[in-house]
Amino acid sequence: MASHPTNSHYFWRGARNALPFLLVIIPFGLLFGVAAMDIGLRLAEVMGFTVLVLAGASQFTALQLMRDHASTFMVIVTALAVNLRMAMYSVTLAPHLGAATPWHRVLIGYLMLDQTFALAQQEYERAPEMTLPQKVAYFFGTCLPTCVPWVIATLVGALAGQAIPRSLALDFAVPVTFLAMIAPILRSVPHLAAACVSVIAALALSWMPTGTGVLIAACLAMWTGATVERLLEQRNAA
Amino acid sequence: MTPAQHYGSTTIWLIIVVLGIGTFLLRYSFIGLIGNRPLPAWALRYLRYTAVAVLPGLVAPLVLWPQATGGTLDPARMLAAAATVAVGLISRSTLLGILGGFVTLYTGLWLIG
Repeated sequence: MASHPTNSHYFWRGARNALPFLLVIIPFGLLFGVAAMDIGLRLAEVMGFTVLVLAGASQFTALQLMRDHASTFMVIVTALAVNLRMAMYSVTLAPHLGAATPWHRVLIGYLMLDQTFALAQQEYERAPEMTLPQKVAYFFGTCLPTCVPWVIATLVGALAGQAIPRSLALDFAVPVTFLAMIAPILRSVPHLAAACVSVIAALALSWMPTGTGVLIAACLAMWTGATVERLLEQRNAA
Repeated sequence: MTPAQHYGSTTIWLIIVVLGIGTFLLRYSFIGLIGNRPLPAWALRYLRYTAVAVLPGLVAPLVLWPQATGGTLDPARMLAAAATVAVGLISRSTLLGILGGFVTLYTGLWLIG
């Protein structure tokens, strides 16, 4: 290969790096299909959710509220609150991807998941010399083993329904993925401090309407991370 | 009457479409509308911690009060969460962290449950 890797090199590198998430996306998607049919949604509605919203945590939130017969307004607002973190992801990736073509930006917006965001952010920080087309190619690469299997797994879950045993404890696929995504970066003191504040504040604020406490906790945690980083820099400079 | 019948198909589609558009706008917001105007250094310092600020808070209640057990403490799930973090931290690998978590979860459920 030449010294200048092609865009397709970056696309497949992104796809390869996202492969581990298959282990989570598949059970998570299966589970959503099962849970959605369980509250009586039709197949078209289940797939509508998965294709149009494409955000697991908020889809599950909406299902849970519908199971409790919450008002339509509350279902929408609460599920959207769970997704407010996506705006922060958008801010974070804007310096890297904001100059992409309008259609690419629309697609990136549609395909942004916790996983694709986390992978892209890590890669762009690790290799700041990447060009815009390389960054875009990498992002779309991470979407291939995540977004596509998500839709397929939902369909299979909806069709297979109750055949999937409860003993598989698929409910815990979400926490395990999110924790596994975070653990490798907890070696840095500011990241560790931010994570601790996030956990403590989210638990302390869990009485607030769904999603609200997590958002406030996230703001406190970001402040903590940034402040600890600044203090450490000052101490090292002194 | 199932929850779906309670809402009716029109309302369900309304929820799906509004949630879809809203979610897209949240994701598209800065990438689509703000473009690549440079952000100040202090803002970038904050944004470095986005993922690590959101995900642990999102997960903590799910670990302590899992819905599958009706919200009561479950030793198998707590051990699995601890194992995921420990393995991910030591190996620096997300995949190994996930595997460690699920091996611990199934072992724990098998021993305890």
